[in-house]
Amino acid sequence: MQGYLDSLIAAGWFSALPVQVVYAGGMLLAGAVVLFVFILLVAGFTTFVERRIWARIHSRVGPNRVGPQGVLQWLADGLKLFMKEDLIPAAADRKLFRMAPYVVLMGFVATFAVIPFSSRLVIAEMDIGLLFVLTVTSLVVVGILMAGWASNNKWSLIGGIRGAAQIVSYEIPAGLSILPVVLLAGTLNMQELIRQQGWAPWDWTLFANPFAFVAFFLFFTAALAEGNRTPFDLPEAETELVAGFVTEYSGVRYLMFFLVEWGNLYVIGALVTTMFLGGWNIPPVTDSVFLQTLLEFLTFFFKAYFWVFVAIWIRGTLPRVRVDQLMSVCWKYLVPIAFVNAIATALWIIAFPHGNRVVAFVMTGIGAALVALFFSRVAFHLRRSRVRARNQFTLSPFA
Amino acid sequence: MAGLQYIRNIAATCSTVFEGMAVTFSHLVRKPVTVQYPDRTALRVQDTLPFRYRGILDVDLEICTGCLACERACPIDCIVIDGKKDKDAGGIVMTRFDIDMAKCMYCGLCSEPCPTGAIHHTPEFEGADYSLESLIRRFIDEPVLAYKPKKGIEVSADIAPLLERGMCYIDDFAVGVAPAPKPKPEAAAVVEPKPE
Repeated sequence: MQGYLDSLIAAGWFSALPVQVVYAGGMLLAGAVVLFVFILLVAGFTTFVERRIWARIHSRVGPNRVGPQGVLQWLADGLKLFMKEDLIPAAADRKLFRMAPYVVLMGFVATFAVIPFSSRLVIAEMDIGLLFVLTVTSLVVVGILMAGWASNNKWSLIGGIRGAAQIVSYEIPAGLSILPVVLLAGTLNMQELIRQQGWAPWDWTLFANPFAFVAFFLFFTAALAEGNRTPFDLPEAETELVAGFVTEYSGVRYLMFFLVEWGNLYVIGALVTTMFLGGWNIPPVTDSVFLQTLLEFLTFFFKAYFWVFVAIWIRGTLPRVRVDQLMSVCWKYLVPIAFVNAIATALWIIAFPHGNRVVAFVMTGIGAALVALFFSRVAFHLRRSRVRARNQFTLSPFA
Repeated sequence: MAGLQYIRNIAATCSTVFEGMAVTFSHLVRKPVTVQYPDRTALRVQDTLPFRYRGILDVDLEICTGCLACERACPIDCIVIDGKKDKDAGGIVMTRFDIDMAKCMYCGLCSEPCPTGAIHHTPEFEGADYSLESLIRRFIDEPVLAYKPKKGIEVSADIAPLLERGMCYIDDFAVGVAPAPKPKPEAAAVVEPKPE
């Protein structure tokens, strides 16, 4: 991105403007394009995907009336919310109440500044990329707390406080489980993290050593909690708190909270892909810059979106934990394990300063074996409920 | 001891989550069981209902004897029948037969005493309408002569099938077994949603 601007400046464009202004303008433009083209589409479409996948887990069909197979459902929902009146409760703190969704949205959208799309497509290649993501996502806590407090409603307040407690707590295991990756790579730069991995699974950080493998699951769990996703969706907890901190919101502001919720899934997926799953690395198949960028973009997108699918699938599987369970999972299990993991990684680096390919192959094998075991369990459950015998089996997502 | 329990907790968490995910994943490759009423069913839902389903009331005026048994039986007076003996016409002339479906509670007490099975429930259940007025079903526009049961077998080709159907409806109260002029519910139970 910066390189492209540099070439434009060298070619004599914007000669009347200071360089900083050109950079800032370029960033803003790129950010706007990413926000309106990519984030809105992905977050919106994810709501549809989520509802369809849930429905299938419940043996239902899900929304299938708006557009072919219901693919425009998210657009209809979004338009409906845009039309709705933007209510502000009389007793609410009007300024904070109005501001909260923007703060949450800001904390979420800012992460896209460093999230790569391909080796060339990235808004800003910062050396502190990962740290930047961890930092700006903390803004979401502020927004949630603002929303909870300003609504002047007990449900909202409890939701906001829960959200703050949860997100602040889970930032610790999330940070600690990033540590092994950072130690192995020796950099916080997202692009550099990806460049150090390869396209093949045994080149991924995930399989580099046993500790990175554990760190992956720790990070994914902590990230789900930070994104307020089931089984950690206590701040919203429909059955207990109506809608938690969004109880009093309606219309566009409500839409923004949910844009963040579903967009966050993609951010989680993108972080996991960047740190553990080889990012946009593809085998050297083409010389064309355009084709390579396209393939890299698709690789990264589908890797990240797979984890969106997993998060949705977890939401369809696991029940919500209690508040005390939430805290005990964090402080008694995730944090100690993450600490041990980080120290073990440091010892590993002393033992094998240049990595160990045999271990990488073994870990890849273990990963493949886990996947195989998983599908054998799926087959077992299908056999046990005689799905094929009762002619209920289908691989079509639109059955 | 506590340390062992700690490890056990971790193992239990991992294995139960793993197993639960397998169960829900297996559901992703099963067909949904949803019946997409009203527009994506293979058969109309009305056609899949049993013969004796108590839906909206209907009256076969051709075989109505004007005996007022149903009007008297109705516990909430939703049936109103006007009629009087007319020597010239040769029987009872009915001028009004209204059923207020807004009041009807689908108890079926009116169809039990009917001597010919003229008043009966249909499997039709979609009764939504825009006003209470339009829920009143008026069966008589012009005065009609009530049906007179004949000795022996009914010969008119128009009336015989109606009467036969009506008698099936009545007989069922005594015998408790429905005849099958309509598709049986078993045959229609497999309602596959149409592919789009």
